[in-house]
Amino acid sequence: MDKIKFATIWLAGCSGCHMSFLDLDEWLIELAQHVDVVYSPVGSDYKDYPDGVDVCLVEGAVANEDNLELIREVRDKTKLLVSFGDCAVTANVPAMRNLQGKTDDTLQRCYLELGDDSRQLPHAPGIVPELLDRVRPVHEVVSVDLFLPGCPPSAERIQNAIAPLLEAKNPDMTGREMLKFG
Amino acid sequence: MAVTTLTIDEVDVAVEAGSTILQASQEAEIRIPVLCHLEGVSDVGACRLCLVEVEGINKLLPACVTEVSEEMKVHTNTPRLQEYRKMIVEMLFAEGNHVCAICVANENCELQDLAVEVGMDHTRFSYRFPTDRDVDVSHERFGIDRNRCVLCTRCVRVCDEIEGAHVWDVAERGEVCKVVTGLNQPWGEVDACTACGKCVDACPTGAIFRKGVTVAEMERDRAKLEFLVTAREKKEWTR
Repeated sequence: MDKIKFATIWLAGCSGCHMSFLDLDEWLIELAQHVDVVYSPVGSDYKDYPDGVDVCLVEGAVANEDNLELIREVRDKTKLLVSFGDCAVTANVPAMRNLQGKTDDTLQRCYLELGDDSRQLPHAPGIVPELLDRVRPVHEVVSVDLFLPGCPPSAERIQNAIAPLLEAKNPDMTGREMLKFG
Repeated sequence: MAVTTLTIDEVDVAVEAGSTILQASQEAEIRIPVLCHLEGVSDVGACRLCLVEVEGINKLLPACVTEVSEEMKVHTNTPRLQEYRKMIVEMLFAEGNHVCAICVANENCELQDLAVEVGMDHTRFSYRFPTDRDVDVSHERFGIDRNRCVLCTRCVRVCDEIEGAHVWDVAERGEVCKVVTGLNQPWGEVDACTACGKCVDACPTGAIFRKGVTVAEMERDRAKLEFLVTAREKKEWTR
């Protein structure tokens, strides 16, 4: 059987979900026998997201223009998109900036009101991505095939969710072990 | 004692006349999910999680405030009810700002538990991210974060009916509806508050908390409220 083309991406999140993924320890070796890691901030050094990816885990919420561009490209090129962790599923902590109001209010608060001696708004078009008006969970932007909540989901939960996918089966996402937020 | 007989999920049940469907189901050990219901205080049917189907009635009825009647046939867990319950929980999450990861009640939250119970893996409704929910930590010992409030009014009822202080109440309507202390004053300025902490024990989420409690550290003693009611009404003083 051909290996599964496997990817992970990292939007607005703390990388905790990826750290939890690395917590799979020796099961990663087992996983490596079934998948080709074609794109991942922790598992490969490819710069471009390839075509025809079978499974992609998406960590983080959609918070800026780069996130938006990447998630749209990933959706176009991926068969099974997994919302990976609470930031992807609920927008979680990154979305707490939504409580400040619009983007300008957030930037004003962070970089001017709470800034140190060199107070200035970050502005470097093409280098620093512009923030979106609102941080949103992934499924509000593109369609998502599987939701894997948790902040972060434990390594065991990640394994229970992706192991069945290797055999083209759907995982059983029920019960506290698989579903609890936070 | 007059008795009413009915069936709940095809199980024959005999309960004291005047009982609610929820009480009858509890006696029959049939679980109906609840959120605004709290043992020891009156029921208001606010959250709608305990909706059940009764044969011959088109509407869904809240089990906590619907009295049983003779030969009633109740269904508590049909696919339609399961779907509605899931939607209710999803709407609760989308309506406020519930961030489990940074909540004092993480791991000890009835809303979080309900999400697991109804099988919610995400919410299909757009998050509203309301910006007008305030946090009041003016009280010496307690605080309220209205971002996490689900308007179950348990705090209102427990303060009124058990403590007898009536510090809490509900103000405004619609999306700006909120629980308030005193005459919509900062909690710390309300003289009527006896700082008994019953509202903290009653709150199903992390909205009302003890100061100094950090993420996932909150502990509650729900049985204390039941004990107080039993002690007063049945004169039983042990637990």
